[in-house]
Amino acid sequence: MSESIVHRFLNYIEIVGSSTVKLAEGAGYYFALLIESLAWIIVGPFYKQPVRIPSIFSQMMTIGIAACPIVFILSFSIGVMLAIQMIYNLKTFGAESQVVVGVALSITREFAPLITGILIAGRTGSALAAKLGTMQVNQEIDALRVMGINPVRYLVSPALLAMLIMMPILTFFADIAGLLGGALYTGVEIGLSFSAYVDRTIAALMVGDIMQGLFKSLIFALIIILVGASNGFSVTGGAEGVGKATTRSVVLSISFIVIADMIFTYFLNR
Amino acid sequence: MQENKKNIAIEVKDLVTHYGPRKILDGINLTVSEGEIMIIMGGSGSGKSTLLRYLLGLGIPTNGSIKLLGKDITKLNANEMLELRKNMGVAFQGGALLSSMTIGENVKLPLREHAELDEKTMDIMARMKLEVVNLGGFEELMPSELSGGMIKRAAVARAIIMDPKLMFFDEPSAGLDPVVSAELDDLILRLRDAMNMTIVVVTHELDSAFKIADRITVLDRGHILMSDTVEEIKNSDNERIQSLLNRRPSNEVINADEYLSRLTGM
Repeated sequence: MSESIVHRFLNYIEIVGSSTVKLAEGAGYYFALLIESLAWIIVGPFYKQPVRIPSIFSQMMTIGIAACPIVFILSFSIGVMLAIQMIYNLKTFGAESQVVVGVALSITREFAPLITGILIAGRTGSALAAKLGTMQVNQEIDALRVMGINPVRYLVSPALLAMLIMMPILTFFADIAGLLGGALYTGVEIGLSFSAYVDRTIAALMVGDIMQGLFKSLIFALIIILVGASNGFSVTGGAEGVGKATTRSVVLSISFIVIADMIFTYFLNR
Repeated sequence: MQENKKNIAIEVKDLVTHYGPRKILDGINLTVSEGEIMIIMGGSGSGKSTLLRYLLGLGIPTNGSIKLLGKDITKLNANEMLELRKNMGVAFQGGALLSSMTIGENVKLPLREHAELDEKTMDIMARMKLEVVNLGGFEELMPSELSGGMIKRAAVARAIIMDPKLMFFDEPSAGLDPVVSAELDDLILRLRDAMNMTIVVVTHELDSAFKIADRITVLDRGHILMSDTVEEIKNSDNERIQSLLNRRPSNEVINADEYLSRLTGM
């Protein structure tokens, strides 16, 4: 009896141990991938293996410009939604006009980077994982390697660089769209004029509020690319493997984004 | 000793590789001379694809050395490996063309990455290589618009764009009809004769192997059974080789105890 308890206890310890090792392995892989893709961006040109500018721009188009409409729609809706909720809440205190400050701070510090991060994780992270996974299955990654073209330099570095440029821009765009949504609803609901709304928003916002959102968006960019790329590269087992990797990369990067958001928000507001 | 007369292009010594805990290749010794066509044959699971992977430098062996053009690829640093790779061409089983690019862009890719040429020169070189594989005029098409045989030939064009000294083919005739497959065989022979390439072909297609081979290496369960000329292979009295050549199913004697323990999983 006691022997079986000891046995089960040891089993649990083993499970904890092996999953810790796996976690450390995964974290190490993400880190190594990050270092490698950044290294190619910096030292690639000296080894005559630069990260190609055209592929960075084409990635910026697909990651950034093409995502603008949907980022605008979502952020605008979030702005309207926040305004509705805050006006309802602030009514209790008779302080409806304070809604401007509430919307401005929540959009720039939290909602714009978060909603952009989640959207891009679903859009770009999944596409990256699916693309790399399919290439892995079709031996295209092997073909690149035997041609002497490093797959990380050729496929990941441009995406990472494009992402690091476009995520803050998209987030700033989302800031504007969210504030616009808030302004329109507030104008209709409590009759605050648009110019008054803009003035009070500018008065309420500090540079630090916007910077906080932009900084977090950079972290989200790293998460999306690293999770998408590592899941794509590790695909085995044909079409089913690609599907699994795509799902996994979306779920993981959204989870990491939300958790990282919590952690960074805590430290940035100390 | 034929090898002594010519320079040795590929030399594999005591190669041992593992996949996880499983030993795949065990003590492989192999030499290929310059300008020779070496066929690597074997049933599925014999380790022939694995051997090719290691010859291409896509894996790190447990033990042994692999010398390509006199350089041990297990010991090269990244830059030396890159230089060596410019002298290697590989035609993968499924072609492995990048599906996001046109055929022309695919063929030009190694040039674009490794040579500093202007666009016009690269275009001309790409068209020349496409002509070699009888795909002239197809450079604007996407890989998805081509048939399996055309994709394989386009992959050959991409592999020879840098005029490599070593050429590797993975199952060139798999999934092709006999006519197209015979055309590919001719192409392989032509590449050797015209450009004096050293060519390694992994295949289990007997007809094509006998047609193009200078020598054949027969792999079985991670070991080399025999490495010799076509005649010698045909005349071999090794039972495993004969069953491979005559398409006989191998009738292994089953050990009753082992069989039972495999079934019961004990």
